Amino acid sequence: MSTIARRLPVQTVVVRKPGKRHYGTHIFLIVMAAVWLVPLVWSLYTALRPKEDTDKYGYFSFGGSFGFENFVQAWNQGGFSKYFLNSVLITVPTVLLTLLFASMMAFAVSRVSWKFNITLLIMFTAGNLLPPQVLAAPLFEMFKHVSLPYSVSDSGNLLNTYIAVIIVDTAFQIGFCTFVLSNYMKALPQDLTEAALVDGAGIWRQYWNIIMPLCRPALAALGTLQVIFIYNDFFWPLLFIQSGDRLPITTAINNLQGQFLSNYNLIAAGAMITLIPTLVIYLVLQRQFVAGLTLGASKG
Amino acid sequence: MSTTAEKPASHNGGPPEHGSQHGGSRAATAVPGKKRIKSRRVRRLSRRDKTVLGIMVGLPTLIQLLFVWLPTLFSIGLSFTRWNGLDVADIKQAGLDNYEFISQNYPPFWPAMQHNVLWLAFLALIATPLGLLLAVLLDQKIRGSRIYQSIFFTPVMLSLALIGIIWQLFYNRDSGLLNFLLGTAGTPQAVDWFGDSNVNIWAAMIAATWRHAGYVMILYLAGLKGVDPALREAASIDGANAVQTFFRVVFPAMRPVNIVIVVITIIESLRAFDIVYVINRGTNGLELLSALVIQNLIGEGQVIGVGSALAVVLLVISLVPIVFYLIRTFGKEKEA
Repeated sequence: MSTIARRLPVQTVVVRKPGKRHYGTHIFLIVMAAVWLVPLVWSLYTALRPKEDTDKYGYFSFGGSFGFENFVQAWNQGGFSKYFLNSVLITVPTVLLTLLFASMMAFAVSRVSWKFNITLLIMFTAGNLLPPQVLAAPLFEMFKHVSLPYSVSDSGNLLNTYIAVIIVDTAFQIGFCTFVLSNYMKALPQDLTEAALVDGAGIWRQYWNIIMPLCRPALAALGTLQVIFIYNDFFWPLLFIQSGDRLPITTAINNLQGQFLSNYNLIAAGAMITLIPTLVIYLVLQRQFVAGLTLGASKG
Repeated sequence: MSTTAEKPASHNGGPPEHGSQHGGSRAATAVPGKKRIKSRRVRRLSRRDKTVLGIMVGLPTLIQLLFVWLPTLFSIGLSFTRWNGLDVADIKQAGLDNYEFISQNYPPFWPAMQHNVLWLAFLALIATPLGLLLAVLLDQKIRGSRIYQSIFFTPVMLSLALIGIIWQLFYNRDSGLLNFLLGTAGTPQAVDWFGDSNVNIWAAMIAATWRHAGYVMILYLAGLKGVDPALREAASIDGANAVQTFFRVVFPAMRPVNIVIVVITIIESLRAFDIVYVINRGTNGLELLSALVIQNLIGEGQVIGVGSALAVVLLVISLVPIVFYLIRTFGKEKEA
């Protein structure tokens, strides 16, 4: 991208008359941007106001005080620390496993030629595009009928465990990551591994010491994307985890709606707390996230 | 980054026949360039390397087969049975009964089909074009482009579940902002946007648009950057105006991105689940196929057969965009 992006301004300046104004465009964009921000700003505004004030003045008002009491109360009353921990326990292993498996698979299909590589790649890509609900019933029943000792799982099977969520999330995301990484690896020069081969490096060393370090940008982009995807996953924990205190945050906020009853200030504060990790990642790693999204789309 | 970086990919992707274990190696010397190198590589694999490779391929493939494709086949199988989900021995043959039931005696089925179609139409006709429009406007050298992009992109980072909750606060009958802005708050005319079965599907689709348009915008921004500037230049030299240039030259040149966007739009409309589930579990005006599947699986009377039949309907519909995408993406490589 960089070469094209750098070339672009020079040429467009020549074509486009300098000083072309975009008043209409700006008005449209400002209006749209304002509309886009309204739901978020409204949630934040509601979250910052004590319930007594909104009861007294109404939600649509400017009176009363502002503060973070709702955030503190929602955090403690809702048990957010527990839910965040659950989210971490699910997200971190899932992302690491996904990237490991996907990169191994991508290496095999893109750097070594053999009979079924395209067939497998098609299978992996297709799997990622299925609606999760299609597999819900069999997966639920499979996990229910896998017996585990009670020392490992208090349900006696794979239901109600993080493992269930991690396995399925991984299986579902491997497809997308394999597709993206295999495209990335194909674009690396063949001579790289050729040279290593001449030096007597085995497959594993070619993969781990030569190709993987070169894939760092793609891995960083995909990793960021996957963290957001898994953190935002609502469905699999909903299906597999029954006890409320094991839910990750994204699934748990649905229950908080009931727990906070019609205290919208607390619900708003809870929603804003849930948003914070994504917002932090967004601010720090926006470039990686966008790169991850577009990596998958640029090949068609 | 990606578009330029991946250009060479299509060359050394290579036809599978040449790289196969047996074929090619003898004839390799006759085949020029990369192909020859490739087949030599394969021949030189030691037994140890083959084992390593087997594990590298086998492990992910096993996971994929076991947790994605096997369940998919089970779903199809279970849709022809009657089962309460308790004992595997209780599974009874049911023929097409479940399909007959959902199409004739299951009231939410046809509304759900309609809602899925409506959802798709709304995303395709409103959300996606809006995202494209934003991308085109922001692709110009416009002041503050980055800030606008960040704003439109923010909802893409959020889960649809959280989006449901945030919009609930906006749509609420008594405390939501929308009714205050409309001046109906506190009056009998106030609408409960997520609760009223006449309007809630529209309210939910607008909330989904909030996210989808930003997603489309980002993809098209990348696509627009990849369009060769010389194309635009040539068009403007030929006297085409901005609109003509876009529709006749730039838009067709973004074909790979267009295909991805078409697929994403269809798949997203079939996958729409989280938001309606958060609002009211997909009932009362918000029936969607995906939500009906889950309603039949969780809850008191588990009717696995009916749920699976619904899942198969969802599967068959989603295979259309999936196959379309796979042909577009991998068809070239197979022919090459």
